[in-house]
Amino acid sequence: MPEVRTPLTGWHMAHGAKMAPFAGWLMPIQYEGIVLEHEHTRRRAGVFDICHMGEFLIGGPDADAALGRAVSHNLATLKPGGCRYGFLLNREGGVLDDCIVYRFGPGNFMIVVNAACAAGDFATLRERLPSSVSLTDVSAGTAKIDLQGPESLSVLERVIGQNFHDLPYFSFRRTSFCDGPLLVSRTGYTGELGYELYLPPEAAESLWTALQSDDRVKPAGLGARDTLRLEAGLPLYGHELDEMHTPAEAGFAALLTSGADYVGKAGAVNVRERLIALRLEGRRAARNGDVLALPDGVAVGRVTSGSFAPSLGCAVALAFVDAAHAGAEDFVLRAARNDLAAKRTSLPFYAEGTARVKLSCGSAVTAG
Amino acid sequence: MSNTPPDLLYSKTHEWVRPEGEEAVIGITFFAQEALGDVTYVEMPREGDALTAGGEFGSVESVKAASELVSPVSGTVVAANAELETAPETLNSSPYNEGWIVRVRLSAKPDGLMDAAAYEAHCAAEKH
Repeated sequence: MPEVRTPLTGWHMAHGAKMAPFAGWLMPIQYEGIVLEHEHTRRRAGVFDICHMGEFLIGGPDADAALGRAVSHNLATLKPGGCRYGFLLNREGGVLDDCIVYRFGPGNFMIVVNAACAAGDFATLRERLPSSVSLTDVSAGTAKIDLQGPESLSVLERVIGQNFHDLPYFSFRRTSFCDGPLLVSRTGYTGELGYELYLPPEAAESLWTALQSDDRVKPAGLGARDTLRLEAGLPLYGHELDEMHTPAEAGFAALLTSGADYVGKAGAVNVRERLIALRLEGRRAARNGDVLALPDGVAVGRVTSGSFAPSLGCAVALAFVDAAHAGAEDFVLRAARNDLAAKRTSLPFYAEGTARVKLSCGSAVTAG
Repeated sequence: MSNTPPDLLYSKTHEWVRPEGEEAVIGITFFAQEALGDVTYVEMPREGDALTAGGEFGSVESVKAASELVSPVSGTVVAANAELETAPETLNSSPYNEGWIVRVRLSAKPDGLMDAAAYEAHCAAEKH
């Protein structure tokens, strides 16, 4: 089956992007080079075509209570204009998907899910929500462009012609672009100050081109998105998160504050393995699936993500390890060609990210 | 295409050879570095190591991939490019010059390699 194209696929191909299938979509992996795009996003601003992600609208008088029982997010403390990260769990507490819930108002939400999980998530939510609550898949009518990097705020304000200094981390505003709706969310997947922009597909290329026209902006592909998120210690579904692991195992126990009796709640705190962060000695990377061992050779876990980290100059990895050995400091990663020595470290790997920078109204961003 | 210098010999596995009398310099081609993307690590043999034509002599890692290096000739390593240890991205920026990988004293005449035209045809076929 041919891959689905985004409204921007034509632009990517015309601009020399390396394209590859991802979750059934034909997506740009890189334009000029992963390292260059990574570094440009850390220093200035990168834009990413993220149109493949899924968006559902959830509404109805019972939606607050019903959605609160379907996902792990604490909706009781989520105010209109706010959004929150959390999980859709199976009955045992394993992670079916990680997702962000946006509250538009009482009983009125948008939920943003991973492309590869979207169909399953929709079926699960429909099954969990009563018929009085509407669930609408608006993915086909929703384009998503991520603008990320220390200069993203200034670029966004110039292109949209509005002040966004007053938009705190994990909050959003609905406004307009080219006479159509635009949702601006101060969120992202790079560890840098940034915005996720949702709009109709017809307007996607206009916004993309307007952002590109700013000298401070470069297009960035899924390759840089992956190295940026790994350095920031952010999980990728299918790697650090899956049905076999609970949010607590992946390091998210502190997010489980919902008082609602949501599906998977009892099991969500179970811990059999723990996700740990590892810094390797050199530039050689371990990869997803490589065995994690103690220095004496006993296998205790498996790498979930590993790469050379451009902002650190060495390789890093995330791995699940038997909880009994999660306190160890030194490990050996059995990479394809060699054993690689690794030391336990803390997340994020890259600690200078600007994502959480506090903005005062009207002031310039001097982070980074 | 200017990305295939006419004075070199090429292997099917995308290494190039520049014969220089009794010796030869080996690297990877423009096509190979472009397919790999940003190179982040080069594993090289040491001076004195013996290479066999068709045998593995190291590997190249990029952000997204890893690939074995296959020796296009037989001989003994007389020098490895130490600069690649700290600047492996030289393989991307200058695959035929500053990005050379090893210099070898040949123990046999290079055999079974392609000229530039044949290599370009090989790459064109591989793209499909």
